[in-house]
Amino acid sequence: MSNKPEKFIDEDGLRLDGRRFDEIRPMKMEIGVLSRADGSCYLEWGNNKVLAAVYGPRELHPRRLQRSDTAIIRYRYNMASFSVEDRIRPGPNRRSTEISKVSREAFDPVVMTSFYPGAVIDVFAEVLQADAGTRTAAINAATMALADAGVPMKGLVAACAVGKVDDQLVLDLNKDEDNYGQADLPIAFTQDGDITLVQMDGNLTQEEFREGVELAKKGCEQIFELQRKTLMQKFGNLEELETEEETEALTEEVKASEELSTAEEAEIEEEVLEEEEIAEEAEQEEVEAEEETVQEAEEESEDEAEESIAEIEEEIEEIDELEEIEAIEEDYAEEESEEEDLKGESDEH
Amino acid sequence: MSTEVMSKLKRDYIYNLMLKEQREDGRSFDELRNIVLETNVVDKAEGSAKVQYGDTQVMVGVKLQVGTPFPDSADEGVIITSLELNPIASPNFEAGPPKEAAIEMARVVDRGIRESGAIDLKKLCITEGEEVWMVFIDIHVLNDGGNIMDASSIGAIAALMTTTIPAEREGHGKDISMPIRDMPIGVTLFTIGRQLMVDPSLDEEAVCDTKFTIVSNQDGSISGMQKSGEGSLSHEQLLEAVDIACKKAADIRENYLLNI
Repeated sequence: MSNKPEKFIDEDGLRLDGRRFDEIRPMKMEIGVLSRADGSCYLEWGNNKVLAAVYGPRELHPRRLQRSDTAIIRYRYNMASFSVEDRIRPGPNRRSTEISKVSREAFDPVVMTSFYPGAVIDVFAEVLQADAGTRTAAINAATMALADAGVPMKGLVAACAVGKVDDQLVLDLNKDEDNYGQADLPIAFTQDGDITLVQMDGNLTQEEFREGVELAKKGCEQIFELQRKTLMQKFGNLEELETEEETEALTEEVKASEELSTAEEAEIEEEVLEEEEIAEEAEQEEVEAEEETVQEAEEESEDEAEESIAEIEEEIEEIDELEEIEAIEEDYAEEESEEEDLKGESDEH
Repeated sequence: MSTEVMSKLKRDYIYNLMLKEQREDGRSFDELRNIVLETNVVDKAEGSAKVQYGDTQVMVGVKLQVGTPFPDSADEGVIITSLELNPIASPNFEAGPPKEAAIEMARVVDRGIRESGAIDLKKLCITEGEEVWMVFIDIHVLNDGGNIMDASSIGAIAALMTTTIPAEREGHGKDISMPIRDMPIGVTLFTIGRQLMVDPSLDEEAVCDTKFTIVSNQDGSISGMQKSGEGSLSHEQLLEAVDIACKKAADIRENYLLNI
């Protein structure tokens, strides 16, 4: 039942869909498409249709997953059951679990998670129509949704796959190239040129891999350009406004700090005078006063801490019970689908 | 909370050692831990291997069954790889269905074996479209001493190399040995700061920025890759890692697999 094409690249160097080896499929994207989400993006790439949404930063439940020094990112890659030719069973499977994990890790290096301790940034990527390269399409959409949500990032992330067909490297595999090709190498880049996602299956020599990374980088640069354009369309006219406001705020700050410093200077002068006059007396008083304040502060903070700990413990107990029940239910659901998933290991989209 | 503090301290410790070009167990940056490989450790399995990779212990069993092929590959056998992070192996593992870490590792091992063509799947076909051999590769982690990934990778191919197809038992002629064509080996590198090192120990694995696994074959080609972890890799690191991994894989193949 194999529909493998005899040749992937013709004499003129054109691929089955008429592209050259270093061209990506036409891509278009739109942001702010979902009203309830904090940020969203709809992206079409060739025949892929992907929707990404960001909720958060928001408080993370279950609480035991919270991290006191940073926010965590949750990424859910999900394929609609009707997105592929043969219906797939809805819900997570082994493939989507792995993709969700590596995609989340593709964003960890760029999202400034340390700004939101205890929080979660939820990224949901729904594949509505799949046609090879859905994980890279989802990442490109997710970047835009994060930017749309105003989540602080060190830069954008773009992802693109390189593959091998007819012993030649090609950029951005189409469905046939993906199904019957010799290799698939999805890579995500940051704008600084760092690599935040690499996966590979198939067969590549080291030399081909080296060239492949270069090729993927070229693809990602085109995507960055489009992402930037899309963001500028929505936020470009805000830029001037914001800068004006910022400058105003800054000037005020500077003024305030200047005033402060003159006040401080005056204080210091006074102090110097006083010290000269009654140095010994003052020293003694100061020491006493300090001791007192330290004691008071200690007592206060202990009280506060005890109170808040008690409060938190109560809350945790309540929530934990609920969560455990949920977790157990989930486990059961997963176990059921496990067997079926294993069989489909080789199916890649 | 305490684990977070511990991991910060540990990271500082391992990072500072790295600045002095040292590792906590005295290895150099590109030195693997000691590997002990035993094969045919379980008689009931069609093929099996036990791997000790430093402190890490992994057992791999291969079982075969007759089943139906996938419609899109009617003349090929089927590979099914699963990995269980058994709660016996670490206080951090829980019983229950595999979580993402286990699924990820199983799929990387699977990809390496599948894509390298290590098993000649056409030879596992009994009747086209009806009956083929299904190869179950089950990886059982017994002790987590870090780098379960690489231990599993060696264990899987070693177990396959010792596998006999139980044709007689199932009434399909004489027993034959598994048609193995290649020996894919996964080697994991990790980064702390900007330094690349091979084969993370338990502590190193807990505090590293990024792990990067490369599965390479006898001819030096690559058949699987996976970046894992919250950090990123620079372009240079990526290429250097591939270079180191292929060399290390060749060493492992020569020292442990060729005499099976």
